Amino acid sequence: MREGPRVRKARTLQQNRNRWFWVFVGPFLLGLLVFVYVPILWSVYLSFFDARNTVTPTRFVGLGNYVYLLRDPAFVSSMGTFLVFAAFIVPVTFACSLGLALLVNKARVAQAFFRSAFFLPTACSYVIAAMIWRLSFFNGARFGLANSLLRSLGFENVNWLSGGNYGYWVVLVSLRLWLQVGFYMILFLAGLQRIPTDTYEAAAIDGAVGWKVFRWITLPQLRATSVAVVLLLLIAAFQAFDEFYNTLISVGGYPPFARPPLVYLYLISLGGGSQDLGLGSAGTIILTAVVVIIGVVQLKIFSVGGKEDRA
Amino acid sequence: MRSSRRVSALRYVVLSVLALLFLLPFYVLLRNGFSSERLLASAQWRWLPDQVNADNLRELFGNDSIRMARSMANSAVVAVVQTLATVVISALAGYGLARIDHRLSRLVLGLTVLTLMVPAAVTFIPSFVLVSSLGWISTLRGLIIPVLFSAFATFLFRQFFLGFPHELEEAAYIDGAGYWRTFWRVVMPNTYGICAAVGTITFIGSWNAFLWPLLIGQDRDFRTVQVALSQFMSSQRVDVPQLFVGAAVAILPVLLVFLFLQRYLVQGVERSGID
Repeated sequence: MREGPRVRKARTLQQNRNRWFWVFVGPFLLGLLVFVYVPILWSVYLSFFDARNTVTPTRFVGLGNYVYLLRDPAFVSSMGTFLVFAAFIVPVTFACSLGLALLVNKARVAQAFFRSAFFLPTACSYVIAAMIWRLSFFNGARFGLANSLLRSLGFENVNWLSGGNYGYWVVLVSLRLWLQVGFYMILFLAGLQRIPTDTYEAAAIDGAVGWKVFRWITLPQLRATSVAVVLLLLIAAFQAFDEFYNTLISVGGYPPFARPPLVYLYLISLGGGSQDLGLGSAGTIILTAVVVIIGVVQLKIFSVGGKEDRA
Repeated sequence: MRSSRRVSALRYVVLSVLALLFLLPFYVLLRNGFSSERLLASAQWRWLPDQVNADNLRELFGNDSIRMARSMANSAVVAVVQTLATVVISALAGYGLARIDHRLSRLVLGLTVLTLMVPAAVTFIPSFVLVSSLGWISTLRGLIIPVLFSAFATFLFRQFFLGFPHELEEAAYIDGAGYWRTFWRVVMPNTYGICAAVGTITFIGSWNAFLWPLLIGQDRDFRTVQVALSQFMSSQRVDVPQLFVGAAVAILPVLLVFLFLQRYLVQGVERSGID
């Protein structure tokens, strides 16, 4: 049963390979397990317990936290806030970024300048954008930019952030639109530049112009990009925290309206008075489940188009 | 042809108006930073600042309730360390996953892709619980270490290395170099583009991050600049011009990175996308 030199050589090569695999992948995998997977599993565990003001579980409550949350009007309304926000921001960002991409793509002169101007807000943080929107554009006082414009057109002052009207949606949607539209415009631009020019030439020979070209050539060719953009936008809307928190938080605390899920969980588990980590964990699990479902749908749709990545 | 020229002129008018609109917030940031409180509260919106000097800046850095210098230093340390470490850790892992056959490759890749779908912001409570049990609240460790392991960056590097030509590495193997030497001497010197792309995205994300630093930097010595600005904004007595000068200072590093490395940022965004 002695191994021949060939077999032995192959075996050391295999051992070498195993060792080097762990040298390369090990640090990342260790970090991923410790800082992502362990917390998630711990959180699942913690979500079955009463854990207030402590990170160690005290009393087992089974599914109690989940039942409580799903019946909790505040949590349910936070999901509603997400839905309303997504219903505005997803289509508006989609249309605006596609429109900008079409405009920029056709611009021969100064294309780089226009692309940069629309992309530049990506460099700005939500905190700073919230500051500009809250204190200068929509501050509710007479001298805010929006109110100055409204008054010069003969309208009344609007108290944008008070919650007494729905003005805060204008603030939140326009802020996020400004910050993220350039990012998605770049994705659409990349998609547009991948469309072969002879497709357009063929269409021109067939007499297609303007809207018809867009409807029957451009839009179908952008299908994969469009699907991805919608799902990325949904996930990004689901994670909304920074701009809600920073435009609406005040010295007295966070107002009861416009609390998206992350803000609500932050307030009940870490930021507010109650420090209920068991409940917060249960909420996190619910959110994670929703996001994973969105992600799985995303993968299902993608794998229809892209097979090159099955290594 | 005349009508097409008119369409094209109209396009430039629309583009220019929109570009001005997109740049307006940056202008307002500067206008407010160089204005007096009196001007900002005057009855009518004013376009021009009235105090174009460094007074607000001086007062900002002397203001003990915001601690601008300290929070800028914290942000700089966090962003630089996070960027460098993420590039190295993810490049290594991406290379290992793309090039070294192992029976667990698929499992590791699966765990990575799964994480892509579970954004860090959703797992903030369990991560906070872990970090607080480690005793890392209000430490630089706590701000930096948990965010170093980016599934997204690793995935980008793996995709890049899958498309990287084998020939160079084979030449190195024939010359007797192992994986380690081949990686550092042959592969990495040819990856400036992707490293710059991942680095730029990581730097901007790290500098602008808010939720995690808000949770971890509870002690005011460990606030990043975003957290410091946020708390100054909602504090009892906020000095608006100072706040905006602070924001202008805070946006400067990331704006410079953006302007110089924009090409790589665009590449990264395109690659991160899709198809």
